[in-house]
Amino acid sequence: MSRRPYFRTVSRYGWWFAHPRYLRYMARELSSAFVGAYGGLVMFALWRLWQGEAEWNALVGFLQSPPSIGFHLVALAFALYHTITWFNVTPKAMPVQIGDRQFPGGIIVGTHYFVWAVVSLALFILAGAGT
Amino acid sequence: MKRSHKPIIWSLFAAGGTFTAFMIPVMILITGLGVPLGLLPAQTLDYESVLAFVQHPLTRIALFGTIFLTVWHAAHRLRITAHDFGIRADRVVATIFYGLAAITTLVALVVLALI
Repeated sequence: MSRRPYFRTVSRYGWWFAHPRYLRYMARELSSAFVGAYGGLVMFALWRLWQGEAEWNALVGFLQSPPSIGFHLVALAFALYHTITWFNVTPKAMPVQIGDRQFPGGIIVGTHYFVWAVVSLALFILAGAGT
Repeated sequence: MKRSHKPIIWSLFAAGGTFTAFMIPVMILITGLGVPLGLLPAQTLDYESVLAFVQHPLTRIALFGTIFLTVWHAAHRLRITAHDFGIRADRVVATIFYGLAAITTLVALVVLALI
Protein backbone atom coordinates (compact mmCIF):
# COMPACT_ATOMS: atom_id res chain seq x y z
CA MET A 1 0.00 0.00 0.00
CA SER A 2 1.12 3.49 -0.73
CA ARG A 3 2.53 5.48 2.14
CA ARG A 4 0.52 8.48 1.12
CA PRO A 5 -2.85 7.08 0.16
CA TYR A 6 -5.04 9.43 -1.82
CA PHE A 7 -7.96 10.92 0.03
CA ARG A 8 -10.62 12.60 -1.98
CA THR A 9 -10.91 16.18 -0.71
CA VAL A 10 -14.11 17.01 -2.52
CA SER A 11 -17.38 15.46 -1.40
CA ARG A 12 -18.95 12.96 -3.78
CA TYR A 13 -22.38 14.43 -3.04
CA GLY A 14 -21.71 18.11 -2.36
CA TRP A 15 -18.90 18.90 -4.84
CA TRP A 16 -21.11 21.22 -6.85
CA PHE A 17 -21.15 23.78 -4.00
CA ALA A 18 -17.37 24.13 -4.28
CA HIS A 19 -17.33 26.64 -7.14
CA PRO A 20 -19.93 28.99 -8.71
CA ARG A 21 -19.21 27.41 -12.06
CA TYR A 22 -20.22 23.97 -10.74
CA LEU A 23 -23.38 25.51 -9.27
CA ARG A 24 -24.28 27.03 -12.64
CA TYR A 25 -23.67 23.64 -14.26
CA MET A 26 -26.05 21.97 -11.79
CA ALA A 27 -28.68 24.71 -12.29
CA ARG A 28 -28.45 24.07 -16.02
CA GLU A 29 -28.84 20.31 -15.61
CA LEU A 30 -31.66 20.67 -13.05
CA SER A 31 -33.60 22.90 -15.47
CA SER A 32 -34.65 19.57 -17.01
CA ALA A 33 -36.50 18.63 -13.79
CA PHE A 34 -38.78 21.64 -14.25
CA VAL A 35 -39.05 21.15 -18.00
CA GLY A 36 -40.00 17.49 -17.42
CA ALA A 37 -42.46 18.37 -14.63
CA TYR A 38 -44.10 20.88 -16.95
CA GLY A 39 -44.39 18.21 -19.66
CA GLY A 40 -46.09 15.95 -17.12
CA LEU A 41 -48.41 18.79 -16.13
CA VAL A 42 -49.45 19.32 -19.77
CA MET A 43 -50.21 15.58 -19.99
CA PHE A 44 -52.24 15.79 -16.76
CA ALA A 45 -54.14 18.86 -18.01
CA LEU A 46 -55.09 17.05 -21.25
CA TRP A 47 -56.32 14.12 -19.18
CA ARG A 48 -58.52 16.43 -17.07
CA LEU A 49 -59.81 18.09 -20.25
CA TRP A 50 -60.72 14.66 -21.60
CA GLN A 51 -62.59 13.78 -18.38
CA GLY A 52 -64.97 16.70 -18.67
CA GLU A 53 -65.81 20.30 -17.90
CA ALA A 54 -65.99 19.98 -14.08
CA GLU A 55 -62.53 18.34 -13.87
CA TRP A 56 -61.07 20.91 -16.26
CA ASN A 57 -62.52 23.83 -14.28
CA ALA A 58 -61.07 22.38 -11.06
CA LEU A 59 -57.65 22.34 -12.71
CA VAL A 60 -58.08 25.92 -13.96
CA GLY A 61 -58.98 26.90 -10.39
CA PHE A 62 -55.77 25.30 -9.13
CA LEU A 63 -53.79 27.20 -11.79
CA GLN A 64 -54.92 30.48 -10.14
CA SER A 65 -53.59 29.42 -6.71
CA PRO A 66 -50.32 30.79 -5.24
CA PRO A 67 -48.56 27.36 -5.20
CA SER A 68 -49.25 26.96 -8.92
CA ILE A 69 -48.15 30.50 -9.73
CA GLY A 70 -45.00 29.97 -7.64
CA PHE A 71 -44.19 26.71 -9.41
CA HIS A 72 -44.71 28.28 -12.83
CA LEU A 73 -42.53 31.30 -11.98
CA VAL A 74 -39.66 29.03 -10.86
CA ALA A 75 -40.22 26.74 -13.85
CA LEU A 76 -40.14 29.77 -16.18
CA ALA A 77 -36.84 30.93 -14.68
CA PHE A 78 -35.28 27.47 -15.16
CA ALA A 79 -36.77 27.15 -18.66
CA LEU A 80 -35.23 30.51 -19.63
CA TYR A 81 -31.89 29.38 -18.18
CA HIS A 82 -32.14 26.21 -20.26
CA THR A 83 -32.91 28.24 -23.39
CA ILE A 84 -29.99 30.63 -22.87
CA THR A 85 -27.44 27.90 -22.06
CA TRP A 86 -28.71 25.72 -24.92
CA PHE A 87 -28.51 28.49 -27.54
CA ASN A 88 -25.12 29.69 -26.36
CA VAL A 89 -23.45 26.33 -27.04
CA THR A 90 -25.03 25.80 -30.47
CA PRO A 91 -21.86 26.86 -32.37
CA LYS A 92 -20.00 24.12 -30.45
CA ALA A 93 -22.76 21.52 -30.69
CA MET A 94 -23.63 22.19 -34.36
CA PRO A 95 -20.65 23.90 -35.99
CA VAL A 96 -21.30 25.01 -39.57
CA GLN A 97 -18.38 24.85 -41.96
CA ILE A 98 -18.45 26.53 -45.38
CA GLY A 99 -15.47 25.52 -47.49
CA ASP A 100 -12.43 25.91 -45.28
CA ARG A 101 -14.01 28.45 -42.98
CA GLN A 102 -16.09 28.07 -39.86
CA PHE A 103 -19.34 29.97 -39.99
CA PRO A 104 -19.21 32.68 -37.28
CA GLY A 105 -20.73 31.38 -34.05
CA GLY A 106 -22.26 34.71 -33.16
CA ILE A 107 -24.57 34.53 -36.18
CA ILE A 108 -25.68 30.98 -35.28
CA VAL A 109 -26.48 32.03 -31.70
CA GLY A 110 -28.11 35.29 -32.82
CA THR A 111 -30.35 33.50 -35.33
CA HIS A 112 -31.56 31.16 -32.57
CA TYR A 113 -32.44 34.10 -30.30
CA PHE A 114 -34.18 35.92 -33.15
CA VAL A 115 -36.33 32.94 -34.18
CA TRP A 116 -37.09 32.23 -30.50
CA ALA A 117 -38.28 35.81 -29.93
CA VAL A 118 -40.48 35.80 -33.06
CA VAL A 119 -42.04 32.39 -32.29
CA SER A 120 -42.66 33.26 -28.62
CA LEU A 121 -44.22 36.61 -29.42
CA ALA A 122 -46.41 35.12 -32.17
CA LEU A 123 -47.71 32.36 -29.88
CA PHE A 124 -48.36 34.78 -27.04
CA ILE A 125 -50.38 37.07 -29.32
CA LEU A 126 -52.25 34.07 -30.79
CA ALA A 127 -53.11 32.98 -27.23
CA GLY A 128 -55.02 36.21 -26.84
CA ALA A 129 -52.62 38.84 -25.51
CA GLY A 130 -53.97 42.34 -26.13
CA THR A 131 -57.53 41.23 -26.80
CA MET B 1 -20.29 -6.08 -31.13
CA LYS B 2 -23.31 -5.33 -29.01
CA ARG B 3 -25.17 -2.39 -30.43
CA SER B 4 -25.73 0.51 -28.11
CA HIS B 5 -29.05 2.29 -27.71
CA LYS B 6 -27.18 5.44 -26.72
CA PRO B 7 -27.55 7.24 -30.12
CA ILE B 8 -31.36 6.96 -29.92
CA ILE B 9 -31.55 8.29 -26.37
CA TRP B 10 -29.00 10.99 -27.16
CA SER B 11 -30.87 12.17 -30.27
CA LEU B 12 -34.08 12.42 -28.23
CA PHE B 13 -32.18 14.45 -25.63
CA ALA B 14 -30.76 16.78 -28.27
CA ALA B 15 -34.00 17.18 -30.23
CA GLY B 16 -35.90 17.67 -26.98
CA GLY B 17 -33.37 20.20 -25.72
CA THR B 18 -33.69 22.26 -28.87
CA PHE B 19 -37.48 22.04 -28.98
CA THR B 20 -37.92 22.90 -25.29
CA ALA B 21 -35.50 25.81 -25.59
CA PHE B 22 -37.74 27.39 -28.23
CA MET B 23 -41.17 26.44 -26.93
CA ILE B 24 -41.33 25.84 -23.19
CA PRO B 25 -40.82 29.39 -21.81
CA VAL B 26 -43.71 30.84 -23.83
CA MET B 27 -45.89 27.80 -23.11
CA ILE B 28 -45.34 28.20 -19.35
CA LEU B 29 -46.21 31.87 -19.74
CA ILE B 30 -49.44 31.09 -21.61
CA THR B 31 -50.77 28.08 -19.66
CA GLY B 32 -49.44 28.78 -16.18
CA LEU B 33 -48.99 32.52 -15.72
CA GLY B 34 -50.92 34.43 -18.40
CA VAL B 35 -54.40 34.24 -16.85
CA PRO B 36 -53.51 34.43 -13.10
CA LEU B 37 -51.20 37.43 -13.68
CA GLY B 38 -53.69 39.18 -15.95
CA LEU B 39 -51.49 39.05 -19.07
CA LEU B 40 -54.13 37.07 -20.97
CA PRO B 41 -57.95 37.30 -20.88
CA ALA B 42 -59.70 34.90 -18.48
CA GLN B 43 -61.57 33.16 -21.30
CA THR B 44 -58.22 31.88 -22.67
CA LEU B 45 -58.68 28.77 -20.48
CA ASP B 46 -62.43 28.27 -21.13
CA TYR B 47 -63.35 24.60 -21.41
CA GLU B 48 -65.11 24.90 -24.77
CA SER B 49 -62.39 26.91 -26.51
CA VAL B 50 -59.49 24.83 -25.14
CA LEU B 51 -61.28 21.59 -26.10
CA ALA B 52 -61.94 22.86 -29.63
CA PHE B 53 -58.31 23.95 -29.93
CA VAL B 54 -56.94 20.62 -28.67
CA GLN B 55 -59.24 18.60 -30.96
CA HIS B 56 -57.70 20.12 -34.08
CA PRO B 57 -55.47 17.46 -35.69
CA LEU B 58 -52.46 19.78 -35.92
CA THR B 59 -52.78 20.71 -32.25
CA ARG B 60 -52.94 17.03 -31.27
CA ILE B 61 -49.73 16.33 -33.17
CA ALA B 62 -48.02 19.44 -31.76
CA LEU B 63 -49.04 18.63 -28.19
CA PHE B 64 -47.95 15.02 -28.50
CA GLY B 65 -44.59 16.15 -29.89
CA THR B 66 -44.23 18.67 -27.06
CA ILE B 67 -44.89 16.13 -24.30
CA PHE B 68 -42.84 13.39 -25.96
CA LEU B 69 -39.73 15.51 -26.52
CA THR B 70 -39.99 17.34 -23.20
CA VAL B 71 -40.18 14.28 -20.97
CA TRP B 72 -37.53 12.26 -22.83
CA HIS B 73 -35.14 15.21 -22.80
CA ALA B 74 -35.71 15.57 -19.04
CA ALA B 75 -35.47 11.84 -18.35
CA HIS B 76 -32.07 11.53 -20.02
CA ARG B 77 -30.63 14.67 -18.46
CA LEU B 78 -31.89 13.73 -14.98
CA ARG B 79 -30.39 10.26 -15.34
CA ILE B 80 -26.98 11.78 -16.07
CA THR B 81 -27.44 14.39 -13.32
CA ALA B 82 -28.20 11.66 -10.76
CA HIS B 83 -24.66 10.42 -11.40
CA ASP B 84 -23.37 13.95 -10.75
CA PHE B 85 -25.19 13.92 -7.41
CA GLY B 86 -23.19 10.86 -6.42
CA ILE B 87 -25.91 8.29 -7.09
CA ARG B 88 -24.29 5.28 -8.72
CA ALA B 89 -27.30 2.98 -9.11
CA ASP B 90 -27.63 3.84 -12.80
CA ARG B 91 -29.86 0.90 -13.72
CA VAL B 92 -32.42 1.87 -11.07
CA VAL B 93 -32.23 5.58 -11.95
CA ALA B 94 -32.55 4.89 -15.69
CA THR B 95 -35.53 2.58 -15.12
CA ILE B 96 -37.33 5.21 -13.01
CA PHE B 97 -36.76 8.19 -15.31
CA TYR B 98 -37.22 6.41 -18.64
CA GLY B 99 -40.22 4.59 -17.16
CA LEU B 100 -41.85 7.86 -16.10
CA ALA B 101 -41.17 9.30 -19.56
CA ALA B 102 -42.65 6.21 -21.23
CA ILE B 103 -45.81 6.29 -19.08
CA THR B 104 -46.30 10.03 -19.67
CA THR B 105 -45.84 9.57 -23.43
CA LEU B 106 -48.28 6.67 -23.51
CA VAL B 107 -51.02 8.44 -21.51
CA ALA B 108 -50.61 11.55 -23.69
CA LEU B 109 -50.93 9.42 -26.82
CA VAL B 110 -54.12 7.71 -25.62
CA VAL B 111 -55.75 10.92 -24.35
CA LEU B 112 -54.90 12.88 -27.49
CA ALA B 113 -56.24 10.07 -29.69
CA LEU B 114 -59.55 9.82 -27.82
CA ILE B 115 -60.25 13.44 -26.84
